[in-house]
Amino acid sequence: MIHITIDNRPLELRDDERLNCIEAARRVGIEIPHYCWHPGLSVVASCRMCLIEYGMTNQATGQVEMMPKLVPACQTPAVDGSVVVTNSVKVARARAMVEEGLLLDHPIDCPICDKAGECLLQDYHFQYGQDERRADVRPFTSRRRDIGDVTLFVDRCILCSRCVRFVREVSGTSELYVSGRGAHEEIDVVEGFPLANNLSGNVVDLCPVGALGDKDFLYKQRVWYLKRHAAVCTGCSAGCSIWIEENHDRIYRLKPRENLAVNRWWICNEGRYGYPHVHNPERLLLPRRREGDTVTTPDWTKLPRELGERLRGAGRMAAVLSPFLTVEEAFLLCQYARSIDPEAVLVLGPVPVVGEDEVFPGGFTIRAEKCPNRRGVEEVLLASSGGLRTLESLLDELDRLPFGAIWVAGGYRQPWIDEPTAQRLARADVLVVQDLFPSPLSELATYALPSAAFAEREGSYVNYADQLQTAARGVRPPAGVRTEGSLLWELLSRERMYRASSVLEDVARAIGYFAPAAKGVGPTGIDLRANLLA
Amino acid sequence: MKPNDPDIRWVKEPPMGPTGKTYLSLFLGGFTTTLKHLVSKKKTIPFPDRHYECPDPLIYRGVHRLNRDDQGRVKCVACFLCSTACPAYCIDIVAAESPWPDREKYPESFTIDELRCIYCGMCEEACPVDAIELTSLFDLSGKSREEMIFDKEKLLAVYDMTKDAEPRRTAGRPPTPPRDTGGPS
Repeated sequence: MIHITIDNRPLELRDDERLNCIEAARRVGIEIPHYCWHPGLSVVASCRMCLIEYGMTNQATGQVEMMPKLVPACQTPAVDGSVVVTNSVKVARARAMVEEGLLLDHPIDCPICDKAGECLLQDYHFQYGQDERRADVRPFTSRRRDIGDVTLFVDRCILCSRCVRFVREVSGTSELYVSGRGAHEEIDVVEGFPLANNLSGNVVDLCPVGALGDKDFLYKQRVWYLKRHAAVCTGCSAGCSIWIEENHDRIYRLKPRENLAVNRWWICNEGRYGYPHVHNPERLLLPRRREGDTVTTPDWTKLPRELGERLRGAGRMAAVLSPFLTVEEAFLLCQYARSIDPEAVLVLGPVPVVGEDEVFPGGFTIRAEKCPNRRGVEEVLLASSGGLRTLESLLDELDRLPFGAIWVAGGYRQPWIDEPTAQRLARADVLVVQDLFPSPLSELATYALPSAAFAEREGSYVNYADQLQTAARGVRPPAGVRTEGSLLWELLSRERMYRASSVLEDVARAIGYFAPAAKGVGPTGIDLRANLLA
Repeated sequence: MKPNDPDIRWVKEPPMGPTGKTYLSLFLGGFTTTLKHLVSKKKTIPFPDRHYECPDPLIYRGVHRLNRDDQGRVKCVACFLCSTACPAYCIDIVAAESPWPDREKYPESFTIDELRCIYCGMCEEACPVDAIELTSLFDLSGKSREEMIFDKEKLLAVYDMTKDAEPRRTAGRPPTPPRDTGGPS
């Protein structure tokens, strides 16, 4: 056991825990302010904001011997016998001086700075800074420089070098460097080599001040209007934890959510800037019924009953489940198909794969498989039908034996089906298609139903490594769109509202693979492999 | 609380004297006030033939205006502090990168719903650049709701209309251009 004292509060750590003083203080609920330290990056101890008084207990005498000077907490390991003082006058004065020093060179253009509201410089100044500014420095407009994927406000920078360390250690692309010396230090890129890599958006999150601006988000919204919802990125099979930040049902940005089991602190640009399809006006936004050549818009309130009658009267049924469905929706769809036709054929829709996995030196991987839930849907299908079949095998069977009804749950972000395949599926008497965007298949469908985008539905996804995570609903779907889950819930004539968490409990009871989810899923998800090993 | 609660202390009205019973003293007191006003200078203004003269137009909270800077451009920097402070949620701003080299951000659109506004003056208090101010115009009327939603041009026009009678309360510094730090850039 490691015994530490922080502000007279005792803390015990396991012998194998190697924490610095910032992390150790967090355990007892004391926040040590810091700019340059980040758990995912190397330690430089350059900002001096985390200075603390540090001492060591002499094991022989029991006396505490304090170091004469303040030490940076980020660089000081919390070893056995450490004594940390963060609430002394000396520490408070050091923090105030660091704040004053940083603000000497700062433009203080908070009113037009996108970071205002979530800026560490603001927060720490409010908490630890002095009331008055002694230097006679007037606010000025920051110089701005385009450095590639993001925009740099040169004078707002406090030279914490987090971004520089990120591009060296995590993305491994090393575009950014610190030019100049002393007061002339600036973040810069070499001419002709702009910041351009698939993780570049993370430097904006890392920046503790408003120096690095997201070009996509710049001036769109003030951060204090945004509401955040814990969700899962559905861009690839890595299933990164994200925050959906929205205001009035419009997504303004996606941010990584710390999850050491999946994405650590980062997300890729593909996921970060992959949300605009949610607000794409070309989406299917109303249900459509096609009878011969006449197309009508059915009423959502009457549609479930009508669908049930049509499907029940059609005969043999097949369902195509896309890997974009949540576990709960896949489970309900399998149940529904089986309730109509106990012999229903259940198949996995096409799994989009683009290129190859992109692995970064820091360990971050962008998966080639561009769907969030292949593993989850596979396991639901395995449990429901005893075997895993693909769309190809369904098409082969379709050539031999006619099907009465086919339900295709799509939800793909990209075009996914070609005209000939759609024609073959359309041979069924009743073809129900749920999809995000119009496709050859939705044009031929008897019922083309709009599908909810990832941010509009709640549910669980299982990533490539069998990590199950739940996502909350970020925004409400547009009027005229019903989420797959709530529609299936009504089709199954279940009572009350559709709630993904209660369906997941049913899934966990019914399918052994999902059994660990029965006890609830935390914010970082649960590893389903642990169950398989047991 | 019940009437027999021990915390309630019941007080009896004092009995009226002979003067009180005749109401004479009270009648005389009240009628004196009436007579005083009958002969004093009349305060009623025959609006709209005559307009109310605001004793201090600088502190009156009437229709908003958007001030212009020295070059005639909108002074607002689209920081959203007014719409954040607004208790009636009547200010809607769309920010954009400014088309001018010496300014970073400006309001692409700036609308105030004058019908929704409660004229509390929080917006002008919140403004860091003294761009939004309340004028002494109080007789605001319109024929439709749409007409009462003031956009940027209309708010700037209010400034042009009132700038001579009601100068800006603070001169306001123009934003300092980027500093030359002397180092390599």
